[in-house]
Amino acid sequence: MRRLLLVLLLIAAPAFAVQPDEVLDDPALESRARDISAGLRCPVCRNESIDESNAGVARDLRLMVRERLVAGDSDAEVVDAVVARYGEYVLLAPDRTGVNLVLWLAPAALGLAGLVIALVAVRRRAAAPQEAPLDEDEQRRLDEILKS
Amino acid sequence: MIAEFGHLALILAFGLALMQMVVPLVGAHRGWRGWMAFAEPAAVSQALLVIAAFGALMRAFVTSDFTLRIVVENSHSAKPLLYKISGVWGNHEGSMLLWVLILTLYGAAVALFGTNLPARLRARVLAVQAAVSVAFYAFILFTSNPFDRVAVPPLDGRDLNPLLQDPGLAFHPPFLYLGYVGLSMAFSFAIAALIEGRVDAAWGRWVRPWTLAAWIFLTIGIALGSWWAYYELGWGGFWFWDPVENASFMPWLIAAALLHSAIVVEKREALKSWTILLAILAFGFSLLGTFIVRSGILTSVHAFANDPERGVFILIILAIFVGGGLTLYAARAGALEAKGVFGLVSREAALVANNVLLAVAALVVFVGTLWPLFAEMAFGRVLSVGAPFFDAAFTPFMVVLALILPVGALLAWKRGSVSRSVSVLWPAAALAVALAALAVAMQTGRSALGPLGLLLGAWILFGAALDLWSKTGRGALGGRVARLRRLPRADWGRAVAHGGLGVTFIGIAGMLAWQVEDIRVAQVGEPFDVGGYEVTLADVTEGEGPNYRTTMGEVHVARGGREVARLFPEKRVYPVAGMPTTEAAIENGVWRDLYVVIGDPQDGGGWAVRTYVKPFANWIWGGAILMALGGALSLTDRRLRVAAGARPAPPPPVPAE
Repeated sequence: MRRLLLVLLLIAAPAFAVQPDEVLDDPALESRARDISAGLRCPVCRNESIDESNAGVARDLRLMVRERLVAGDSDAEVVDAVVARYGEYVLLAPDRTGVNLVLWLAPAALGLAGLVIALVAVRRRAAAPQEAPLDEDEQRRLDEILKS
Repeated sequence: MIAEFGHLALILAFGLALMQMVVPLVGAHRGWRGWMAFAEPAAVSQALLVIAAFGALMRAFVTSDFTLRIVVENSHSAKPLLYKISGVWGNHEGSMLLWVLILTLYGAAVALFGTNLPARLRARVLAVQAAVSVAFYAFILFTSNPFDRVAVPPLDGRDLNPLLQDPGLAFHPPFLYLGYVGLSMAFSFAIAALIEGRVDAAWGRWVRPWTLAAWIFLTIGIALGSWWAYYELGWGGFWFWDPVENASFMPWLIAAALLHSAIVVEKREALKSWTILLAILAFGFSLLGTFIVRSGILTSVHAFANDPERGVFILIILAIFVGGGLTLYAARAGALEAKGVFGLVSREAALVANNVLLAVAALVVFVGTLWPLFAEMAFGRVLSVGAPFFDAAFTPFMVVLALILPVGALLAWKRGSVSRSVSVLWPAAALAVALAALAVAMQTGRSALGPLGLLLGAWILFGAALDLWSKTGRGALGGRVARLRRLPRADWGRAVAHGGLGVTFIGIAGMLAWQVEDIRVAQVGEPFDVGGYEVTLADVTEGEGPNYRTTMGEVHVARGGREVARLFPEKRVYPVAGMPTTEAAIENGVWRDLYVVIGDPQDGGGWAVRTYVKPFANWIWGGAILMALGGALSLTDRRLRVAAGARPAPPPPVPAE
């Protein structure tokens, strides 16, 4: 919601995401372009990929991605070229280097920790002593209560 | 003048809440009945005062009183009445007032309907509830006064953001807040229990309805927001892993875990301390969500640094309540005596798995949401974490959850048997596999996502149906159907809510995997083909709405020569706010949506038109509705009336003498 507000404030003339004139004739190249675009963040938007965004910069980037693809670049080269110009901020999936490894390993680590905690908890409950059975006195009282 | 009364009412409520925070707590500690009893009238009066304040603000919006700053900034005299009303909470100050309104309504509900709670527990719950209110009254009165006047009132207002002028979004915030704030009840009960050092089955029974209600509201609120994004943003996305969305999704996940673990407390007196921890975390995530949305910190760290007052205030509230709650938990959790022995294969163990999966999934969302903030502050790296990360990191937990769910729901308490679950569930597994195989055979060269989602969704859906069916025992078909209708609502609730999750799974997978998209320049009157549908842009007209100008296309959709739909996609411009919006035209169907958006006129003639065929789209929200409905069914079970265990016992019969 605010993302859109921002987008719309930042651009004078609204366009609308992928324009018909941007679409490449070669369906294979176009599909690669769409996949790459979905992973690149529009630099002036709030959490929108250039594939979804209406902003002018997003359109420029979509055109740039397509030009490079047509020129024969690989997907990785295209992404690197965009990152070289706009920084790692545009990567919606942050790269797996340095401290970002913590981010990428966090789900597996948390999942593992959860599994261990669950197993320990369940085993402890399974091994816990059963509640002591009623002693004679209690049993007698229970019988009385039930009878009355 | 009325606005000043509203302001005054809010200040009085603040003072009352301060007393309600202290007096009952002291009373409960010392065993003074009179002091404990102070809580109820105080809670009810607080609610009445805030209703008065809210009413005053709403009156200002409805009558377009442009002497109030937020009315000027968020309203316009020509705006439709519905959006004048929703404008009350379509801004920061008003939405915080809505927040405390709901908070005090919950408090009043405990005071009025919680008459069968033990007096001590009720006093403590209401005192904790008042402490939360105090924090938010202070926030409103000191940083975000909705009754601020402007020195020179303008002739007319600046209008509400046109994107918010939409029925889906008008009711999105109230539902979300009912959910967020509802979790404060679970929090208050948890803190009260920690102060008492006692959690028992009765406690579980009192907490569960509140959590369930909060979860139902969150479900509806999130679904409304997602539905709005689907039809309003112009390309039919329904979830963006935006920080603001994640802010509501994390409490939802934790609340889902909490309401399952509260069942274990209620039925088996196990998992007590874990349940308390979840209750604290659930409300903690609600506060975190409020902080994220209200401070704008994740939009831009710099925006936050420029205007840190409000953000810091909420951060302090968050630190006090979560920090305080967790400290109390650390100190007192040991006093909660665990009972209830259960084996590795049992309903309890399955619910532990449910809890761990949901809690870990929430933590994964948490890490991803806050990572950019952390990376920038600690390492100076400006980076983004978006949908690709969340899709990869979050989905596996949901896959495991989906696989376990039907089996776990059928296990017996204490010591279950997998073979019994298998003997009931094998038709669901067979059907799900058959459907997935069919999907694989029918699709060519697409991802495995569709069939996998269909497999899991169908497994959950049929599993839920068989769960219910297996409760009817054995015997003739007629007898079983009759028994089906007499099953407790709680059983129905469980099956419907679980089935709803399955439906949502199918919807998400189907839409993501099998959507057909077409982007082109359409000439008026020239048909084109999209996914087997013949689409024609028949006409484009200009028009005027109450507070906007519109360009409307008329699109005819036919299949096999027969007309399926006439759609009218619009492009609107709201001159006062200076903002354009797209209004997609959607033909809703059970199996697919047709979705048409009109764009700009092209230089060489014709219009940019985008057309989608979105299979199973409505299943996403249909599933959410089923989940909420299941929750509501469970809530109306006689064994679990809101706010109570049983009804107050009838007065003992007086023997005639």
